[in-house]
Amino acid sequence: MNATAATAKPRAHRRFRPDRDVVEWQGGYRRYDLVKEVFVCFLVTLLLVVGCAIIFSSPDETPVTVKSWSNAAPVDFAQTAITELDGTSGVATYGPPYNTTPGASQKLGPVSLENAVGARIPIDTAKDFVLKPLATLPDRPALTTALADYNSASATQQASWDAAYEKVVANATFSGGQLAVKSGPYGPVGVLMTNLESMARTGALDGALLQSPQLYDTNYTDPLLFVADGTYMASLAAVRHLQGDQWGMMNETGNFPGQPWLWLYTFWYQVAPMNSSDNGDVEVWAIMMALTVLLILLPFIPVVRSIPRRVGVYRLIWRVHYRNLGPEALLQMPPDRESRRR
Amino acid sequence: MSAQSVDTFAAGAEKDTWTGRIRKRGLEELPPDRLLPDRQPAYVASWIYVFGALSIGAFAVVLLSGGVLAVEGPSWWHKSNAGLFVNSLHMWSTEFFFMFMVVHLWAKFFMAAWRGKRKATWISGVLAFALSIGTAFTGYLSQQNFDSEWIGTQAKDGINSTGAGAFWNVLNFGQMLMWHIVLLPLVVAALIGVHVLLVRRRGVVPPFAPTDGQLARAGLSLTGAVAAPPAESGAAAQLPAELSTQIPAATSTQIPSGLSDQELAALIEVPSQEPPAQEPAAHEPPPPTVPGSPDAATSHEPAAEGPAGQDSMWQLPKDES
Amino acid sequence: MGHMGMFGGINTLAALVHLGGTGRYISWGVIQISLANLIIIAVMIVLFAAAIILPFPKHEARKK
Repeated sequence: MNATAATAKPRAHRRFRPDRDVVEWQGGYRRYDLVKEVFVCFLVTLLLVVGCAIIFSSPDETPVTVKSWSNAAPVDFAQTAITELDGTSGVATYGPPYNTTPGASQKLGPVSLENAVGARIPIDTAKDFVLKPLATLPDRPALTTALADYNSASATQQASWDAAYEKVVANATFSGGQLAVKSGPYGPVGVLMTNLESMARTGALDGALLQSPQLYDTNYTDPLLFVADGTYMASLAAVRHLQGDQWGMMNETGNFPGQPWLWLYTFWYQVAPMNSSDNGDVEVWAIMMALTVLLILLPFIPVVRSIPRRVGVYRLIWRVHYRNLGPEALLQMPPDRESRRR
Repeated sequence: MSAQSVDTFAAGAEKDTWTGRIRKRGLEELPPDRLLPDRQPAYVASWIYVFGALSIGAFAVVLLSGGVLAVEGPSWWHKSNAGLFVNSLHMWSTEFFFMFMVVHLWAKFFMAAWRGKRKATWISGVLAFALSIGTAFTGYLSQQNFDSEWIGTQAKDGINSTGAGAFWNVLNFGQMLMWHIVLLPLVVAALIGVHVLLVRRRGVVPPFAPTDGQLARAGLSLTGAVAAPPAESGAAAQLPAELSTQIPAATSTQIPSGLSDQELAALIEVPSQEPPAQEPAAHEPPPPTVPGSPDAATSHEPAAEGPAGQDSMWQLPKDES
Repeated sequence: MGHMGMFGGINTLAALVHLGGTGRYISWGVIQISLANLIIIAVMIVLFAAAIILPFPKHEARKK
């Protein structure tokens, strides 16, 4: 018997569990060059990457701007612009973090995380997307008057003008560089919209939407939200299989590989009930958070952590070891009989 | 460096200094031959073990190509063919990084690599994976092209629904770029570093214990039946001398049946620091303190405790890491 | 602006195989996957299987 025999101080005996515990290796070793392996792997990867870069390059599609949008789809632009003015657009009715539209927030059961945080990126689409940019245009007396009339009118009057314009813009046409709509009781709104359209088509609106007063800005929230409210960008995305219901989260433009690691995240958007739920985004997020936590804590989860031993892929991986078992293999056996039974 | 010198460095640390304590602990957990081993256990004999190093190699290419993009600034690659080429390097190295990392994850799952106080290794790896996804996401947002504006305007819905969108604005290019090139790479690199050090500390997880069938095929038995002599006569098949003296059976391949678990455990427990009195005078150094402790590769393990380790080599599990 | 184009980054200088243009997609029930992504995933599975199955060169065993 050796010095650490059974009479030595008793250890806290925990039952050996083969999916949690292991007897450390007492067998033979072989020569190995760690640094060389990592270096060779770096070189191999570098060669693969350089090869792919030379052969395939990478995609770089021109972004949609307010300018390109209003030039390519001027009627869609006008139809979106009026909804920004009258507060019925996607952004205007979004809820947090842009505003506090009642009922717009997503809920997980009774809890709305969005509401808890609030509208910390406040956007007033009428002011920020339409009225303030228009006010920056110089030398347009008709526009200045229209702005003054609109801003001084009551909210009810504004709403009435907006609704009338929205009705006629549904059938608007664009020709000779001009937006053409039927006449109607929309007051100064017609002048506002025509000027906004021409401002957009020159590119001036892209700059005016950036909130920074001092030339430099790196925050493109407003122009991107405005563009996303229209249908033009979405139609380009649909052609490229980038829409949510096309598993678009995984995809890249063209035939380039995208983000295959997002397969499970986008999967949940394709199946009921998330695919038609008003709270689909937060539901999918909650599922993925739960699964991620489970993956992190997998070593603690009893049945799941047994899968590797039961499925037995390890027998292939370590087949050389199992074929060459020597007497020291007996030292690798778990200490208690029950654990040895397999 | 011999174990004795390391002991000296560790033991000579000034008491009660933070530096001394950190140095002592560092040397105990990761003595030089465990930190940079030149051996690995014999069971590490599969190409699947290479995918951890391949992931690190790909990560290095990601960082280097990203560094070149940073040198020239975020709009360079739209205007220059050389810039487009470097962007391509960055994109493809990211694809390979995820490919190799996920194959590595599959391999570690099927090996149940968390066994034997290696849970922290698993956890740090999964965290690195999750944060890599976030890093890639902010990278896609930083492209300043159609792809990035579509991804941003779509992803905002998911992130806003959690309330996080109020603080983390995917349409704010400046914010997303700085997360992508500063904050997230630092955290991911730190996690990878911790992950690799944890692998060095514990070593590559040993295989599952052989089944009775596998033992039988190798001519071994736990139940007392006399077995055929070991097929291999290489070094790996020999029990170290002091071990075979402790197994009182007629042959070294036989373990008597009828013993209680405690007796059995005691019988084949490997001695720790003090050699037992009855051991023969001339023998090899006790296994736990073999100089140049058997440690090995990236994912390969130290069978022995470090110089200050007190546990027997057959560690009955106690504390988890 | 340089080499940016509406359909897939027209860059005739650097790309030997032009991966821009219309993407190829495969549908199977609720699953829709790009050919490129499918190839990536298939390569990963092949790598995993090959790494496990292919024999690994032997080095000499060494006494502890």
